[in-house]
Amino acid sequence: MGDPLGMHITHSIASGMGGMRTAGDLVGRMQMSRGMKIKEAKEYVANKLKVSVPDLADPIVMNEVREDLDIGRVNALPRVSKGIDAKFRIAELLDIEINCVSMFKDRISKKLGV
Amino acid sequence: MEKFYTRMGDGSAVELSESALKRDLEEGTKDAAERAKIPPLSEDDLRRLLDIYKCPDKSVGVERGKEVILSYDSGTTKFNRANISVSRLQSLQLYERALGADTMEMGHMDYSYKPAKSIMWIEQPTLEQALLVTIPALFYGAMPNLGLYTQPDGPCSNPMELIPQGKISEARAAQEEMVEHAVKDMVFVGSVMYESGADGINFDTTAAAGDAEFLAALRAIAILRKKYPQMCIEVGMSGEFILGMHGELEYDGVRLAGLYPHRQLELVEKAGATIFGPAVNTNTDESCPWNVAKAATFSKVCGENSHIPVHANVGMGVEGIPVTLTPPVDSVSRVSKAMVEVARLDGL
Repeated sequence: MGDPLGMHITHSIASGMGGMRTAGDLVGRMQMSRGMKIKEAKEYVANKLKVSVPDLADPIVMNEVREDLDIGRVNALPRVSKGIDAKFRIAELLDIEINCVSMFKDRISKKLGV
Repeated sequence: MEKFYTRMGDGSAVELSESALKRDLEEGTKDAAERAKIPPLSEDDLRRLLDIYKCPDKSVGVERGKEVILSYDSGTTKFNRANISVSRLQSLQLYERALGADTMEMGHMDYSYKPAKSIMWIEQPTLEQALLVTIPALFYGAMPNLGLYTQPDGPCSNPMELIPQGKISEARAAQEEMVEHAVKDMVFVGSVMYESGADGINFDTTAAAGDAEFLAALRAIAILRKKYPQMCIEVGMSGEFILGMHGELEYDGVRLAGLYPHRQLELVEKAGATIFGPAVNTNTDESCPWNVAKAATFSKVCGENSHIPVHANVGMGVEGIPVTLTPPVDSVSRVSKAMVEVARLDGL
């Protein structure tokens, strides 16, 4: 059923990585795209971002890292990457294929004739 | 004698002494170990669980650095079920920007592959819009829900009417026919949504209708894996034990009826899934410590034996979460911590 506080918020605070407040979305992508277990996925992302593994779930450190890399933040300011724009950068940063990004590129390249 | 506040599996409060807590933890792990013929939790694991349940704090959490990935089932329906008037796109933005979601999932309110199939033309543009404005990976999810294929709503005879009449072979034939229909629907929906840009497909509450439903899901996964090698496929189960509603069905030479989570995992992996979600049913007559020890025993073996990430189902009524519409934060946060630090899973 639906109890966002009892379920989602509680799990998020108790054990979640924090999504795009931190690097949770990036580690999640490694599990999804490469089937990595949590330890391997965290180490992979930490290596790509040049931060320590515990820093991946730190919103202060990761907010700065995300700002520097322009890969999307919760407080989205003007003229920074949002939505699929940020996913273009994430695909490149993590060296993974993101399905909708690949499809977007394919459509644009056809329109541009490249 | 000092007492520790905890709850029963139905959510009602109960106070237990340290010896009663220990006894429940030992009996919970023993129950799982005996049923599935797997190792019980170690003394260290039981001591860790005891610490979690002796902690007087309302909410507990994992140690810094041990956080895991959260994935969701029926993601976009949860706000609507709570009578919050938001669209699915707005729901996803709430997950992304307000709930700290590591991954997200979109689904149809009826949340089954059969009804979703006929409205794919509505689902596709909503998913496409969501993919343009959100950042975390986005699943499309639904339940295999084999029960929807029976008359009068579906094309097949109802096995639950045939079995009491002693028509066992007819009931089996009906289930085998249902499998064929369900596989086609799951492959169709999975293909359409992946080709619309979804990062993955989620099979949720798998095997709720028993071994035939599990077979249908496994076959659909194998077809989708062959068709889309890069697709993420998550499989969340419905219970700790595959019900033998048919009784004779096999996948890759393994009889499906009676499989416990660690054996379910083997077949899910073999079929080609990317993430496995064990579900262990909460017993309302037992305490939360008993239920969590049992769930951690089943789930830990999955984590140890898997080659893919394991995200335990930690929703209402499974893995030690009380069977109630408003799960208490004290119970839910303890399950969260136990599944990460004792069962050592990759996500929830």
